[in-house]
Parts: sequence; C-alpha cells; structure tokens
Amino acid sequence: MGKSLYQKVWDAHTVGTLADGRTQLFIGTHLIHEVTSPQAFGMLRDLGLKVKFPSRTFATVDHIVPTENQDQPVDPLAAEMMQALRDNADDFGVTYFDLKSGKQGIVHVVGPEQGITQPGTTIACGDSHTATHGAFGAIAFGIGTTQVRDVLATQTLAMEPLKVRRIEVNGDLRPGVYAKDVTLHIIRLLGAKGGIGYAYEYAGDTFDRMTMEERMTVCNMAIEGGARCGYVNPDETTFAYLKGRPYCPQGAEWDEAVARWQSFASDADAHYDDVMVINAADIEPTVTWGISPDHGIAVSETIPDPADAATPVERQSITEALEYMKLPAGTPIKGVKIDVAFIGSCTNGRVSDFREVAKFIQGHKVAPGVKAIAVPGSQIVAVLCEKEGIDQIFRDAGFEWRAAGCSMCLAMNPDKLVGDQLCASSSNRNFKGRQGSPTGRTILMSPVMVAAAAIAGSVADAREIFGLEPAVA
Amino acid sequence: MALEPVKQVTGRAVHVPGADIDTDRIIPARFMKCVTFDGLGEFAFYDVRFDPSTDEKTDHPLNDPRFHGASILLAGVNFGCGSSREHAPQSLSKYGFKAIVAESFAEIFFGNSTGLAMPCVVAAKADLDELKAAVEADAKIQVTVDLEAMRVTSSAGHDLPVVMPDSAREALVSGRWDPIQELLDNDTVISAKAKELGYV
Repeated sequence: MGKSLYQKVWDAHTVGTLADGRTQLFIGTHLIHEVTSPQAFGMLRDLGLKVKFPSRTFATVDHIVPTENQDQPVDPLAAEMMQALRDNADDFGVTYFDLKSGKQGIVHVVGPEQGITQPGTTIACGDSHTATHGAFGAIAFGIGTTQVRDVLATQTLAMEPLKVRRIEVNGDLRPGVYAKDVTLHIIRLLGAKGGIGYAYEYAGDTFDRMTMEERMTVCNMAIEGGARCGYVNPDETTFAYLKGRPYCPQGAEWDEAVARWQSFASDADAHYDDVMVINAADIEPTVTWGISPDHGIAVSETIPDPADAATPVERQSITEALEYMKLPAGTPIKGVKIDVAFIGSCTNGRVSDFREVAKFIQGHKVAPGVKAIAVPGSQIVAVLCEKEGIDQIFRDAGFEWRAAGCSMCLAMNPDKLVGDQLCASSSNRNFKGRQGSPTGRTILMSPVMVAAAAIAGSVADAREIFGLEPAVA
Repeated sequence: MALEPVKQVTGRAVHVPGADIDTDRIIPARFMKCVTFDGLGEFAFYDVRFDPSTDEKTDHPLNDPRFHGASILLAGVNFGCGSSREHAPQSLSKYGFKAIVAESFAEIFFGNSTGLAMPCVVAAKADLDELKAAVEADAKIQVTVDLEAMRVTSSAGHDLPVVMPDSAREALVSGRWDPIQELLDNDTVISAKAKELGYV
C-alpha cells in the first residue's frame, strides 16, 4: 500500500513523539501577520526565548490595512498593531514585506507569489486560510497564537495526525462555472463540519487542468468545510508557476528541488480513509443563502424552506439563517437585491480573478445604489492589473479600485458593511457579522458572479448577464 | 515548566444554543485590534449579547442573571468553527469558562482551548440535550467534567460518557497542556531535522 502526500510530508517532518502521544512536527515555513502574532512575540519575550530559524518566518501586514489609501493615518489601535509587527520583525530578525516593500499583501497571496510556498513542505500561520498553500502540495494549516509562539521558538508544533479524504472531481466545468463554485459545491455536499478530522486531497482531471490560482481558491476554503488543510498533488503546473520566483531554488538546485517535490506526490495505490467522486458537469454557479458556507445552492434554485427540512435541527438552522438574512423561504435567490459588491480576499483576490471579471464587465455599469469595490490581494497583483489596464476597466464599470489588503472579507479595516446591507462577496465566510456590521449580510459567490450581481443590482446568473452559453446544455 | 493538572472541573453550566457557532460570533473581529489578550472576556459573544442598534442587552443566555458565574459552557455541533483566532477561547476563558461540552468542536478551536487548559469534551446529542434542558430548568445544578473518568456528571444525577482525543486528555490531566518546554527540550533533534529536510 502506497502513501498519500499527507502521509509522506507528515513522516518527513516528524521530529518525535511527545509524552502525551502527540507528534512533534517540524514546520518548514511560518507566515505571520499583524493580528495573531503580537501576543506570540510577547510570550517569547516573557520566556526569554529567541526565534529559532528567523529565515523561515515571513511577515506581512494585511488585515488592518486601509485600502483607500494605504498610507493614510490609520486608527490608533491599528497603528499600534502595525508598529508591533515592525518592532517584532526587527527585534527577532524576521523578513517583513511591509507597505513600502512593493510586496505587501494578503499573507496567502504573498507566500505563493514570492515562491515561499513550496511542495512537500509544512506551512503554518496564525490564520485558518493557510489551507490555501496546500494548492502547491504542501501541508498547510492555521494555528492559534500560542502555537505561533511554539513555531517561533522551536520551528515545531505538537500535533495529532489527520485522516485523508480524497475528493475527486472529473470532467469539464461548464461555462460560467469557476473554482469558487467547485469549492462551494463540495462544502454544500459534505457540510461545514464534514471535514473535521480530515485533510482533503483534491484530485481528478478537473483539478489537473486547473491553474495554480484556481487550485488556491479551492484549497483556501477547505477550512470552511471543516478540513484544517486541503491539498493538490504537485505537477508540471505547480513547477511552472514556481520557476523563477524570488524564494525558489535556481540552476542545478532547481532540478534537485523539482525531483524532491515530485517524490511527495501521492502514490497511485495510496491509502485514503475516505473517497468521494464528483462530476464537474453537475456543478452550477453556486451562491450561499444563509450564515454558514455550507448554506449553498445553485443560482437557479430557490431559498430553502424550513417546512421542507428533514430534521428538527435542520429546520431550526434554516429558520435562524433566514431570520438573520431577512430572506423569504421558498423563493428564488436570483433577484435578491444587493447593496454592496466585493471582489477580493485570499480566496479570489489574485490577478486571474480580476482578469476574468475584466473580460466581461467592459461596456457594463454597476447598478445605481450599489457600492462595488475591487481589492487586489497584493501590491504585486495591483501593479499587474494596473499595467494591463484592468483597474481602468473596473473603474469605468463603476467599481472603486482599491489598494491591497483583506478588506471587507473580515472588515478589520475601514471597509465595512453598514446596518443590514447585503453584500455579494467573492470572500470565504458568510458568518453573522463577518463583514463588519453585526447585522450585515453576505452572499458568497465567484468574482464573475459578484460582477454580475453588481451590474444587475441583485443576485444574478452571470451566464445570462454576460451572454455565456445557456445554463443547460 | 510545572503546570496545574486539569483533572476535574466543577461549576454551574449555561447552554448557548445553535449549530456551527463560529469564532467571529464568539469574538467579533473588531475586538481583535489589540496586541495583548487582556480584557477580551467582556466581549465574548458581544454581537449576540447586545442589540446592535440599541446596545441593550438581548435575551442571550449569558445575559440571564440565573447563569451569571456559570463556568461550564454547553454547546452544539462544530463549535468554534471558522477563523483560527485564539482570541475566541481566550475571551471565553477570561469570561470565566473552565470547560466546554459540545456535540463536536472545530479542530483549531479545540487545540487552542487545550493549550489554555480549557478542556473541550464531546457528548452524544441525546445525553447533552437532556443535560441542557435540566440546566435551563434549574440553573443551580452543579456540573462536573471529569477527565479521568471521561464522564460529565451533575448534582441532578446526570452521568454522561464523553470523549476527547487521548493526547489532549493526557496533556491536561498530567499538567502538560502547554507543550513549549517539551518542544524546546528536543532542540538538537529539531536542528538535525532541519538539515535533513534540505529546504530549511
């Protein structure tokens, strides 16, 4: 019986077994940001500890950065957090991609962009969307702040191994169906808690054909399905993306690295604790209607009715969600009026996301009364888009073109919903209050679907708005 | 590092209803604008404890005077899902919770809580529903989470089997819930592993 990538990476990084039975796991790459790291550095200082491998920790600032003007004075609390990261990076000798570096951005956009994210490695970050980096065939997962301290001080963590579920998607995605729809569809099928105890291996020819940025979109939301990490086996697409990136090996070392990376890919006869197979043609443009990422439906479907629920628990869950969302049961989701449209985040804030939307929005205008913002995931993404004129296409269509940051995905900066505004969002969480207003409402969807909603002023089928092939072949 | 073993936690309990209670709900992001964890206790469940428009207290169970001082939180499925923010268990711990009994926990939240010596144990839904109903009817019931026997018992006669991963249980009952010293002790093995991996 062969081994999965998860098993191989786990074995290669095992330092030993701790007294309580947990594995001491070596963390090859550590990413940090301003929200979850200051307390960890405080703990290091209290314990009189140093960072064991400063060259293996990389910092950037993303959550609290204002996106209208990154240099504008931020609120005093945000300023204190940014200063703390600056001081900690300097005091402990950690690389910091700050606002002046030209490389700042959402930590999960920056890592891959710089070639820091590599196959066959372990990657940890005090951020649940660290799962994103699994797109490269890394075992990447979110940790708490005390664990950030552990990684800083020892480059290791006390961990329990996960089981592995292989999720195979085969076939061509239909026009207007994107990686975001694939990940929302999987979460809909398996539920928000379906992945507890599992790592997800995303496989099948649909994934084989995906670009790295599409794979990142899917892996990013593994955690929304309860799986702490998700990954795609490394292949030629992975290596082509990484070649020449600043932190990747070069010359003869590159060839050695590729050979090492390839050796981590799952064996053909690998053991899996569970397998599920999905037909790509069954996936529709998917949107959420509720307050959990597993509250997903195809855009052509109607909002669930608690009366149709299979169990009392499900009935209660639908009722609570609809009460919060102020949406009528049993009616089409298409046509639900929106107030805000947000394109960005570590799920869908990469250059291909903006390129794809730009293909369609020329000649269209954001509906009156809708506030539409486009937030590049990094300064590099912003520059690429600006070189290609994509920023102007967005502006001409009525979007605000902003600077890099997490922005309205979690609204720790000034970008927030107001009151019970409803936002069509390319981000990853539709939790109550997630986008900055305790009564704000979120509908998750792909960037092209957000653009369609912005133009229609309501939840819309992008295939109809942009004249793509009909929904049913 | 000598740590206090956590073998048994006893106190009054409160039921916070709902499935998939995420860490944004437990501690909204705006309260994470801080460089320490101090003072997070008062913001636990803030946006559901206070009406967003009037700032008046809602009928959330944590606002019910009968449950003031409760130290055991009873919850539903997938408790603590979403963001990895340790601010969430920190706020619950600083609020006064010493243990959580739920139908299931999100993993990152579970690990963060164990590291704060706040055990999270899983009970069967039917058993837990009975305990929740009893506590809602009589808030004075004393509930004990016993990590040696792996039972949750109450002064009203409840006796539920509960589960948690062996390693977390062992870490708590033996006073090793903060692994930092043990991780540090293996320094030479860590350095050897770094060399062996070839990319560090």
